[in-house]
Amino acid sequence: MRAAHTGYKATLVPWLFLTPNLAIILLFSLGPVLINVMYAVTGTDNLYPGERTFVGLSNFSTLLECRNYLEPATCSRDLFWRAVGNAVIFVPTQVAVMIGFALVTAIALNRRIRARGFFRGIFFFPVMLSPVVVAMTWLWLLQRDGALNGILGIFGFDRVTWLTDPTRAFAWSVFVTVWAHMGFYTIILLAGLQSIPADIYEAAKMDRASPWRVFRRITLPLLKPVLLVVFILAVIRSVQTFDEIYVLTGGGPGTATKMIVHYIFDTGFAVMPRNYGLAAAASLMLGLVLFVFTAIQMRLARGAGGANG
Amino acid sequence: MARSWALALAAAVAIAGVVPSRAAERETIVIQHIHADEEAAVRKFNRENPDVHVEFRQVSFQSLLESLPVQLASGEGPDISMVADWGGLSRYYLDIRPFISAKEAAYFEREFGNILVPMRGGDPKSNAIYGMAGAVTLNGAFVNVTLFKQAHVDLPAPGATWDDWAEASREVARATRTEMPMEMDRSAHRFASLALSYGAKLVDENGRFVVDAGLRTAVKKFVAWHRNGTMPMDLWGAVGGTTHLDRFSDFMNGKVVFYFGGSWSLFLMDRNVGDAFDWKVVDAPCGTAGCVLMPGGAAMVAFRHTKHPKLCARFLAFLAREDNMREALARHANIPAATSLVKSGVEYPNDSERVRDALAAFTRQMPNVPAQAYTFQGWRYQRAALNALTTRISQVLTHELDVDTALAFVKKDVDLAIEASRQ
Repeated sequence: MRAAHTGYKATLVPWLFLTPNLAIILLFSLGPVLINVMYAVTGTDNLYPGERTFVGLSNFSTLLECRNYLEPATCSRDLFWRAVGNAVIFVPTQVAVMIGFALVTAIALNRRIRARGFFRGIFFFPVMLSPVVVAMTWLWLLQRDGALNGILGIFGFDRVTWLTDPTRAFAWSVFVTVWAHMGFYTIILLAGLQSIPADIYEAAKMDRASPWRVFRRITLPLLKPVLLVVFILAVIRSVQTFDEIYVLTGGGPGTATKMIVHYIFDTGFAVMPRNYGLAAAASLMLGLVLFVFTAIQMRLARGAGGANG
Repeated sequence: MARSWALALAAAVAIAGVVPSRAAERETIVIQHIHADEEAAVRKFNRENPDVHVEFRQVSFQSLLESLPVQLASGEGPDISMVADWGGLSRYYLDIRPFISAKEAAYFEREFGNILVPMRGGDPKSNAIYGMAGAVTLNGAFVNVTLFKQAHVDLPAPGATWDDWAEASREVARATRTEMPMEMDRSAHRFASLALSYGAKLVDENGRFVVDAGLRTAVKKFVAWHRNGTMPMDLWGAVGGTTHLDRFSDFMNGKVVFYFGGSWSLFLMDRNVGDAFDWKVVDAPCGTAGCVLMPGGAAMVAFRHTKHPKLCARFLAFLAREDNMREALARHANIPAATSLVKSGVEYPNDSERVRDALAAFTRQMPNVPAQAYTFQGWRYQRAALNALTTRISQVLTHELDVDTALAFVKKDVDLAIEASRQ
C-alpha cells in the first residue's frame, strides 16, 4: 500500500511541476496554431471567427493550383510560387555563405590573435541591431545617392544601380542578411571549437599533420554536432527571412527578392481586402515544410551523435 | 497626528472613489488624424462645448492603412478617424443623418456631394452621410521652371499631352544635364491619373475591374518611358509589391524636371525650397480622353461601434462649419473640398505666393475631376486594384511579365480579392 502510494506520488509530482509550463506552451504555442488552422479553412475578409464562413481546403487548393510549378505565371497565386522559387535559391545560398563565413571567422577568432575580444565584439555587433536598422543602414549605402555611389563618384566611376537590377538586389539581400546574422552563428561555432580538447591538436602537431589535415580530420568531425545545430537554425531563420529584405527592397525589383513570409504578410495584412484565410494557409504550409525539414535534421543529428558516441 | 493624517487620506480616497470626477461624467470620444496640427480644431471644439470632451490622437499614415481596418474588424478603434480608403471601410461607418438636423443634412449634401457618394462604397441606394472632407488632395504635376528657362525650352501650354511633357522634359534634362526628366510616385493612385486620361474605365457599373484599351495604352507609355530613360528605375523599378515610394526630394533638390506627385507635398516647398529655384504646378497633362487628376485625401468619418453617435455627429458637423474648414485649410496648405469654398476660394496667409499660385492651380482643376475618378476612388476594391497595378507594372519593368500578361494578372488579382471577401 505504501509502495503504491509512493508510486502514485512519483507520477503526480513531476506532472505538478510540468503543468504550469505545459499550460503556457499550450496557450501560446498550440493556441495560435489552432487559430491559424481555423483561419486557413474559413473565408471572407471578416476578422471575427464567428463571421467567417467555412471553405474547407479551398485556400490550400488555391495556393497549389498551378499548371507548371516551374513557371509561376501559370499558377493561380503566381506571387506565392515566385516567393517559393526565390526561397529555393536564397536559402541554400544564404545558409552556405553564412555558415562558411561564420566558420572561418570562428576559427580565426579561436586563435591567439591580438585584440581578440574586440574582434569578437565587432562580429557580434550587427546581431544586436534591429533588423530594420540594419536594412535602413544598407539602404542608405546602396541607394542612388547613397554612400557607395558617392565613393565611386569620387574616383570618377559612374553610379551603379545596386538595388534596381534584380540579380544585384538578390545578391545584396543575401549579403545583408549574412552580415546581420553571421555573428550569432560565429559565437555558437566558437563555443564548439573551444570545447574540442587541446591535447588532440597537440598530438596532431607532434605527428606533423598539416593545418588542412587537422581541420579536415579533427576540427570538422568534432564540430559536426554543433554545425548541425547551426545548420538547422540557419535554415529555419533563412526560410523565415522577412524584415531586412522587406525594408531593403520591398521584395523587388519586381518580385526578385520576394520571400514566402513577405507573401504571407502582404496577403494577410498589407493588401486590401485582407485575405486572412490564404495567408493562414500559406503560413501553415510553410510551418509544415519547416517541421518536416527539422525532423529530418534532428534524425540526422541523432545519427551523428550516435556515431560519435 | 499620524493617525489623523491617515484618516484624512482614507476619507479623501473614499470620496474620490464614490464621487465620480467631472471629466468621467462627460461624454468622451476619441478621434485620430495623421497631422498633429489638426488638434487645433479639437481644442476649439472642447472650448466651445465644455459639456463633452474630444480626445485627439496622432497616428501614422501606415497605421491608417494597416492597423485601422484590423481594429474596425474587431469592433475596436477610435470613434472618429481620418480615412484614406474612402469606400473600402464604408461598412464600418456610422450614418450621422439621424443625428443631425435636416438643415445640416442638406448642407452636407450640398457641400460634400462628390465625396459622400464614394464614401457609400458603391451602394447606389444609400443616402447615408458618413462624414465630411474639408480638404481633398489632387494628384498633380510639379515643374522646375528654372530648368526650362535655362534650357530655353517653352513650357508646354495647358492642354499639352503626357507625350508633350515627356518630350519637353527630356529636352530640358539633356540641355541642363539634369539627372532625370520625369518621375512619378510609386503609387498606382498616381498612375490612375495617367490611365484615366487615356480613357481607362478601371471599374464598371457592376463593381468589376476593367482592363481596356485606355489602361493598356497608359501602361505601355509608362513602361516605354522607363525603357528610354525618361523615368528612372529608382521608384517603380526599385522595390517590389505594394511598397509606396516617393522621391519628391529629387524635385526639391532640382534633380528632376517634371515630378508627378500630389498637392500634399506643397507645404514642403516653402520650407525646403523657398527661392532656390522657380517652380509651378501645371494643369493636368492630357491623354486622348481628357486631362484627369485623381482626387484623394482624408475624409473624416465616425464608426458604428461608437457609444456616442450624437457626439460624433456633432463633432463632424463642427468640422464641416465653414470657418473651421477655412482655418484647417490655411493651416496645412490644402485644397478645399466643399463646393462653396471651391467657388469662393480660400486665403492662405501663411504661405508664399508660389504656394498660393499652386493651390489656385489645383483648386481651378477641381471641377474638372470626372465622375469616373470619384467612382474609382470610392470603389470598395480600389485598394486591391491599386495594389495589383503597382505590383504587376513593376514586374513588367523588370521584364518578369509582358504588358498583356501583367494586365491579365491585375484583373485576376482584383477578381480573386473580390471573391475571397465574398466567400
